[in-house]
Amino acid sequence: MKPLLNIEDISVNYGAIKALKNVSMSVNKGHIVSLIGANGAGKSTLLKAIVGLEPLIGGSITYGDITLATDNIRKSIRTENIAKLGISLVPEGRHVFTDMSVEENLDMGAFLVRDDALIKRKKEEMYDFFPILGERRRQKTRSLSGGEQQMMAIARALMSSPKLLLLDEPGLGLAPLIVQDIFEKIAYINKTENITVFLVEQNAKMALKASTEGYVMENGRIVLSGSSEKLLKSKEVQEAYLGA
Amino acid sequence: MFNFFLLILIYTGIYALMALGQNLITGYTGMLSLCQAGFFAIGSYATAILTTRYGWSFWGTLPVAALLSALFGVLIGLPTLRLKGDYLAIATLGFGEIVRNVLNNWDSLTGGPMGIQRIPMVTIFGFTINPYKKVAFLIMVIIFVLVTYYLFERLGRSRMGRALQAIRDDEIAADAMGINITKYKVWAFAIGASVAGIAGSLQTVYSLSVTPGSYTFMVSVLVLCMVVLGGMGNFAAVILGAFIIQLISYFPQLVGLSGVIPPQFKQILFGAILVVMMIWRPQGIIGVRSYMVGRKNSKKVEVSNELA
Repeated sequence: MKPLLNIEDISVNYGAIKALKNVSMSVNKGHIVSLIGANGAGKSTLLKAIVGLEPLIGGSITYGDITLATDNIRKSIRTENIAKLGISLVPEGRHVFTDMSVEENLDMGAFLVRDDALIKRKKEEMYDFFPILGERRRQKTRSLSGGEQQMMAIARALMSSPKLLLLDEPGLGLAPLIVQDIFEKIAYINKTENITVFLVEQNAKMALKASTEGYVMENGRIVLSGSSEKLLKSKEVQEAYLGA
Repeated sequence: MFNFFLLILIYTGIYALMALGQNLITGYTGMLSLCQAGFFAIGSYATAILTTRYGWSFWGTLPVAALLSALFGVLIGLPTLRLKGDYLAIATLGFGEIVRNVLNNWDSLTGGPMGIQRIPMVTIFGFTINPYKKVAFLIMVIIFVLVTYYLFERLGRSRMGRALQAIRDDEIAADAMGINITKYKVWAFAIGASVAGIAGSLQTVYSLSVTPGSYTFMVSVLVLCMVVLGGMGNFAAVILGAFIIQLISYFPQLVGLSGVIPPQFKQILFGAILVVMMIWRPQGIIGVRSYMVGRKNSKKVEVSNELA
């Protein structure tokens, strides 16, 4: 089967620094794929490259039959048009609209949706799914806790009924119990809504437990890949990331 | 005395139009622009030149003033709106100064430092709106302000208004929601510029003469002060801000102390007011209602993050 998201041999530079070196990976439809690695390994850069926030100097990224990015910036898709293709990004550090209420944030998530009834239904779905957001729907987002903000960022990303959900460090700075809760929800969304998930995470154990396949990144290269179960048990991963 | 108060109200109205535009640009979209004086001048001169040289009526020059300002807004906006914060402020400040210098030196078109005099008064249905009899002129200005206020309030609540607020709050997130940031920023800038242009037209038919000296950087600063003083992001508040700033500007004359209080005194007063506002009410006199709620609760966020 053709993968939904295919990353082929891409490289990204920050000035003279090579952030990504010939990275290839693929995300199959309906799967949860995780990308793990230490701080500065290039995980976030990869996500930015997918959504057009970082230009490629080589390789290509395709989404179904559509070319998202190549080394030719003119043939690459601009960030604001990524959402139209059914790709939703939950950026690192949440990036919620702090001056807006929870409800207004969710409305913004459905910015491209023109069907008011659908937006309303989607919001109710999100409040069912994250009851705490329903309770706080009129509250300014800045008054929510970190975990609540993360849930809101995910709910906002789901408002546009995406086919592919990109999550950048959803567990960053949150208590283990909350991270676990969020990851369970992600797994549930994946199953019930049939949304493909690409998860970038430092917390290797949580990410691998939640995902079907995993990739391990070090210094801008993919060093290991395989089924998450296998990676969890592999010696390299255990030594480097799980502290065994 | 009563006449003088009317004059203050007329200037409040003209500046309120500029402040409404500035609020769309700065309060709503979060772009620190410092060139409302430039658009104000473009609108003023468009009306002055078209009425004196080509015999147009004031009403015919209005759309030209608005569109010309908007066009310059787009021209300056496209290359500079990628800049953030202080850098955008410096670039727009430069634009405002360029406009004033061009007006000062393009003698054949603008009359140079002498400006343009003998601008015809506004007529409507055969009735002349004489700026020396201030009541009729004031009513006209008030209608302009109310219409603009109504349109801007609707704009603020529309899909575009929400997009602008999202851009102000977080550009990366706005991008990810599918909002075309450049498009909306340029639109906001152009609309904000066009109302400043209209304000310029009104200024022209009020003073019946234009000189480059009336469009200094100080005008842009004054307009920004009105927005900050009233409350960023709140259209009604910036009209109040415009009134207060104008009242302070003319306070010495109003109470008959202009012989005692030097004119420079008002600039000291503006400075003092801004410092006091920034310390005690950074959200402005009215502000956006929810701000205080947010501030109280932001402590809670910190606490829960520590717990987490």
